[in-house]
Amino acid sequence: MNNEQIKIAIADLLPSAIIEESSEWLTIHIESVDWLPLAEKLRNTAELYFDYLFCLTCVDWKSHLTMVYHLTSTFHRHTLVVKSKLDRDDARIETVTMIWRTAEFHEREVYELFGVNFLHHPDLRLLILPDGWEGKYPLRKDFEDPVNIIKL
Amino acid sequence: MYRETEIIKEPSGNDPVDSGDMIINIGPQHPATHGVLHLVITLNGETIKKVEPHLGYIHRSIEKMCESLSYRQFIYITSRMDYLSSHINNHGCALCVEKALQLEVPPRAQVVRVLMDELTRIASHTLWWGAMAMDVGALTPFFLAFREREMINDIMEETCGARLTMNYTVPGGVMVDLHPEFQRKVKDFIAHFKSKIDEYDELVTDNVIFKNRTVNVGLISKEDAISYGVTGPSARASGVSCDIRKLYPYAVYDKLQFEEIIETAGDSFARYVVRMKEMRQSLSIVEQLIDNIPEGDFQAKTKAVLKLPKGEFYTRVETARGEFGVYIVSEGGTTPYRIKFRSPGFSNLSALDHIARGSKIGDLVAIMGTLDFVIPDIDR
Amino acid sequence: MVDSSKISGEIPKIPPWKQDHGTAEFPGEVYNTPGGGILLSKLDNVINWARSNSLWPLVFGTSCCAIEMMSTASAKYDWSRFGFEVARATPRQADVIIIAGTIVNKMAPVLKRLYDQMGDPKYVIAMGACATSGGPFFYNTYSVVKGADHIIPVDVYIAGCPPRPEALLHAMITLQEKIRKGLTREQIRMPKPEQGFK
Repeated sequence: MNNEQIKIAIADLLPSAIIEESSEWLTIHIESVDWLPLAEKLRNTAELYFDYLFCLTCVDWKSHLTMVYHLTSTFHRHTLVVKSKLDRDDARIETVTMIWRTAEFHEREVYELFGVNFLHHPDLRLLILPDGWEGKYPLRKDFEDPVNIIKL
Repeated sequence: MYRETEIIKEPSGNDPVDSGDMIINIGPQHPATHGVLHLVITLNGETIKKVEPHLGYIHRSIEKMCESLSYRQFIYITSRMDYLSSHINNHGCALCVEKALQLEVPPRAQVVRVLMDELTRIASHTLWWGAMAMDVGALTPFFLAFREREMINDIMEETCGARLTMNYTVPGGVMVDLHPEFQRKVKDFIAHFKSKIDEYDELVTDNVIFKNRTVNVGLISKEDAISYGVTGPSARASGVSCDIRKLYPYAVYDKLQFEEIIETAGDSFARYVVRMKEMRQSLSIVEQLIDNIPEGDFQAKTKAVLKLPKGEFYTRVETARGEFGVYIVSEGGTTPYRIKFRSPGFSNLSALDHIARGSKIGDLVAIMGTLDFVIPDIDR
Repeated sequence: MVDSSKISGEIPKIPPWKQDHGTAEFPGEVYNTPGGGILLSKLDNVINWARSNSLWPLVFGTSCCAIEMMSTASAKYDWSRFGFEVARATPRQADVIIIAGTIVNKMAPVLKRLYDQMGDPKYVIAMGACATSGGPFFYNTYSVVKGADHIIPVDVYIAGCPPRPEALLHAMITLQEKIRKGLTREQIRMPKPEQGFK
């Protein structure tokens, strides 16, 4: 399916999604509460069939956080990028571990580095950082470490 | 700041633990874990009930560090991430910067980059073969593997200046031109390696003990491989067609003749066979290219200080372990705002628990050997 | 200031790293007497000679330098010519720990525990830029220990990223010479003028 057909399909599934095409792949911006139903439909609809989540990350814009999901379909070979804005002080979004099993480790990593709370995650705890680093979110822009980090 | 490590005595998570279960810790310092990986295994007798990896023993905060490095400097840190396919990682980063700047790479540089990529892939698979055979119990292949790797390291050293972490790619091309002896040395290597690959097959692939240890061990199905995000030779052994060089070709891969190796069995032996066949394919790619290196510039003209336009860019390349992705978010400055490296080992490791449940503890080493982890790639 | 009347021995014109050291001679002299030869030597010299010629390294590689360590162990740059044949996986049976790779905050207690479990006399070689001083990860990292000598005392440092196998062999030979001289770690660190800069 090319971008036009995907746009029509997404508009059917979730009319409130904002679609933009400025980067090389089709990008949609959604609210964080709409993510889980949309993800299920993206995975299970036969024409879309996005079965491979290849990148899950978070970007810290200083006023808010943005979750970025890169999805592709191994059957139809089309790609989609889903973005969702989160509030900085109370960042929470539903987990998609039941849909794409690779999200389990990726979401743990985003939890410990950025502080995003994934609701109903089977095992949300520190993965890469040592014990005692809960609460310090190193990859946020306001992470203070006067010993090690030199501010340019 | 440094406190005693805790020996893990209870598993975390929600799986039920019977009273007859035993918890053992493997690693972080262990000869068979290919780096510093700490596994907490719940055993019932000899059968594994749960494998829980604890990562972070080599977490060097590369993503945070790259936010203060310029676009020319951050490429070389990725050499140290997956150090066995260091040139391929550098190639991916340079492609991302070039895509953002819309820079055209001269054909000579593209061919040289692909040649170095494939030689690196052969070196990585050779070391994997030696290390995997050593894990399973055969000690001789380790020394044979390093003999071939030394020939490739010599070629790399004369061309790029370093044996392992060669800093050879710059945005726009390669750093220096090839030296005049390059073609002759690579041709000598090809002639030598062709006979050695058959020797490797005779020594290990047809061995009865090896087959008993790897056939039907560590099965993963095609849907599970896609769902867990497994890429590279480990996924191609389960039937997933995911070679980035074929699906989304970059550099000169669309003009080359090579096959994508796919097996359907999904066990350790299939993963082994895929990598052995990939070595032969890489050798044929090097043969096709070594006589046809075009003349011309080896580097496109760029400014000294690179500034990427505002936006986000994603590039993917096929390393020896799977799909390596570079995601740059740029705000228009001289340093990136956020870089994310999608490393292949991270997703491959998340499938280890699923693969290893129900098998015996002795099979765990064979499974980890064929999944081919490099732990600094996972921890970044 | 150096008092030249108290220096014993002569200052070599060829620097030590350019001299030909040859093979290690067995310390001592043999006197022929009727009924058999008598060996005269200090017991310390014999023990140090034996210790330096059979140091067993511990398998401890964290990142890229581990590959160069494996290259040194294999056939082209063989380290078993110098006695490092048996690489042990357990620290209880090892003499020297070669720290090959970066040490991060989470790994530091593990390294300390391994070092404590080794039996005396034990030696440490810090291989590569990361183990010496943090290496390429010195600036702007929140999790890297800037040098392994913040955790355990180090005898020999090797520069390079990664160092060549020949550099690792040179470091091992330097450690062997250090052991043969017979001084303890503190004495080696501080050359004292009254001992004659031995």
